[in-house]
Amino acid sequence: MTVRLLQATMLTCAFALSGAAHAADPIKIGVLEDQSGDFAAATIGKVHAIELAAEEINNAGGIAGRPIELVVYDTQSDNNRYQEFMRRVLQRDKVDVVFAGFSSASREAYRPIVNQFDGLAFYNNQYEGGVCDANMIVTGAVPEQQFSTLIPWMMETYGKRVYTIAADYNFGQISAEWVRDIVKESGGEMVGEEFIPLGVSQFSQTIQNIQTAKPDFVVTLLVGAAQASYYEQAASANLGLPMASSVNVGQGYEHKRFTPPSLANMYVTTNYIEEVDTPASKAFLEKFHAKYPNEPYVNQEAANSYIAMNLYKQMVERAGGSTKRDDLRAELAKGDVCFDGPSGNVCLDPKSQHMSHTIFLAKVGDDHAISFPKVWEDIKPYWLGDAGCDLTQADPDEQYTPSNPPTKQ
Amino acid sequence: MEFVTAIVSSAYQFGDAFAFLVLSACGLAVIFGMMGVINLAHGEFIMCGAYMTVFAVNWGLPLPLAIVCGSLFAGLVGMVIERLVVRRLYSRPLDSILATWGVSLIASQGTLILFGPTMRGVGTPLGSFTVGALSFSYYRLVLMATALAVLALLYLVFTKTRFGVLARATIQAPHMANALGVDTGRIYAYTFGIGAALAGLTGGIYAPTMTMIPTMGTTFIMEAFVTVVVGGADVFLGTAPAAALLAVVKASLTSWQGQLAGQIGLLLAVIVVIRLLPKGITGFILKDRA
Repeated sequence: MTVRLLQATMLTCAFALSGAAHAADPIKIGVLEDQSGDFAAATIGKVHAIELAAEEINNAGGIAGRPIELVVYDTQSDNNRYQEFMRRVLQRDKVDVVFAGFSSASREAYRPIVNQFDGLAFYNNQYEGGVCDANMIVTGAVPEQQFSTLIPWMMETYGKRVYTIAADYNFGQISAEWVRDIVKESGGEMVGEEFIPLGVSQFSQTIQNIQTAKPDFVVTLLVGAAQASYYEQAASANLGLPMASSVNVGQGYEHKRFTPPSLANMYVTTNYIEEVDTPASKAFLEKFHAKYPNEPYVNQEAANSYIAMNLYKQMVERAGGSTKRDDLRAELAKGDVCFDGPSGNVCLDPKSQHMSHTIFLAKVGDDHAISFPKVWEDIKPYWLGDAGCDLTQADPDEQYTPSNPPTKQ
Repeated sequence: MEFVTAIVSSAYQFGDAFAFLVLSACGLAVIFGMMGVINLAHGEFIMCGAYMTVFAVNWGLPLPLAIVCGSLFAGLVGMVIERLVVRRLYSRPLDSILATWGVSLIASQGTLILFGPTMRGVGTPLGSFTVGALSFSYYRLVLMATALAVLALLYLVFTKTRFGVLARATIQAPHMANALGVDTGRIYAYTFGIGAALAGLTGGIYAPTMTMIPTMGTTFIMEAFVTVVVGGADVFLGTAPAAALLAVVKASLTSWQGQLAGQIGLLLAVIVVIRLLPKGITGFILKDRA
């Protein structure tokens, strides 16, 4: 009798437990970011931002009552690792969503795998734009947000002769194409263009090529820590030209890593850097430093990763706790998935699944202090939608460029 | 004036490429040429010297002393690694490649964990000068002078000192040298230490011009191996002329068509040289003499 009773009690307990476990089944989020290798300096903060957001959300009761469980892998700045780990998180770990990628090469390496397993991935990086893929949500800024603001401003301020040096892969090539188009539209002249292989760290000859071409300013689209050596070398050769960029400062915080004044007169359009002087930004920075006191810098990508976590929470909760991609996209299609975060109010665009941004023009001073000569409020990621990408209607899984736009029906 | 500017500019670019190739390769060339060990941790010795130099500057040492400090430190680390790892693998060259590669992975990841993904550099000293419409960095001239000084110093050490004679004896006939009372173990340790110290010197002297990251050594590796492969086993007969040849290729292609062309040119030059001279420039010169 006692044995029966005991068994019955145990069974009941087991049922109760499994029920409870089911209600609090965690939502698994895969995180694939470069925590070592050439890009690590810019991307370790993204992982920390995701951990910060997860902790906050969990402390406030999770997403629709379910806690977040992070599955974090170090992709080592290596595209092969992205493919390997993307398969692993989608197949073996069976995560609900993936936050992945720094370089555009890595994104294009893993995107076919996300498509193959019909997963959902957030790409929280500024990039060259054009990804029209229903499996991707992009929270980073794109050229129509960063270059359509920056280049005309630079040409008005400094003059119309432009020289571009860019990292030689899809990001640099396509970004340079944007710069070329905008310079031409605004009546300027490209006096030179040079593409630098990733990992190159010696720039003497490039600096002289620039001096010979006599531009009014240089557009620097250099990526990775090795290429960042350019600034020091240009400064020591006294090149002294203003610089414009969509990637520096906001990602690799070069103004903190180099001795002033090597980055003086650098202008960057970014949707967030830790110097942004708004109450929301200061509050975010304070939370970040409370959890990670030794964080060298809180960059644009860290803020976008944090925003992405909160956008995901909102979509899941609005979809009644479902983590199915179609349910989330149905919410996204309503066009009012917005979040008032560290960089101001941002909204997801249903056609392209990219995000609107407040764009700050950051200027690096002689002492490497940051000032903001101009702010553009609420710049929409309009190019893809205008060019004919509409993910609410069709899902081409393509990356488009100005010279290779969607074919219009 | 135009003409003078063009001459100065070409000479400067050639010198800059030459200095980078010589300094990248000399440590690797000493260890490979004298000991036959292919040291895949070469880049990490460079990184080690660079980090030590920046630490020393932060402690208040003037830059030249800090660079010496970085070089000596890398040399010491090299001798420790030789004693712990490389020494056991002298008769197994393939295994020593694997072992030094392991050392390099541990070193760069260890640095990442200990010192973080990036560190503030020290800034390039000395300023710039102008010729015609172009301006140049003085510090780059220091790099060129250092490259020449390193070659001269190596020549003196290996031909004019007792250590150099013993080292060459050890390399040519280790058992005979041993029988004549040379402590070959110690000679190997010192030679490896010199190679590591040269790598450290390269790191230290380039530290003010570069970003300080744990993987910074890898940006030297391609140039280092290309130069050693083209040069062959001898530092003087190989590395120096190889660096000069490759510097011409690299500087002229880069000024003509940009960095990408420069890189392609370097790699093409290696393929051509390997095809025509399997033992590098060293082999070519020695054969001519014989």
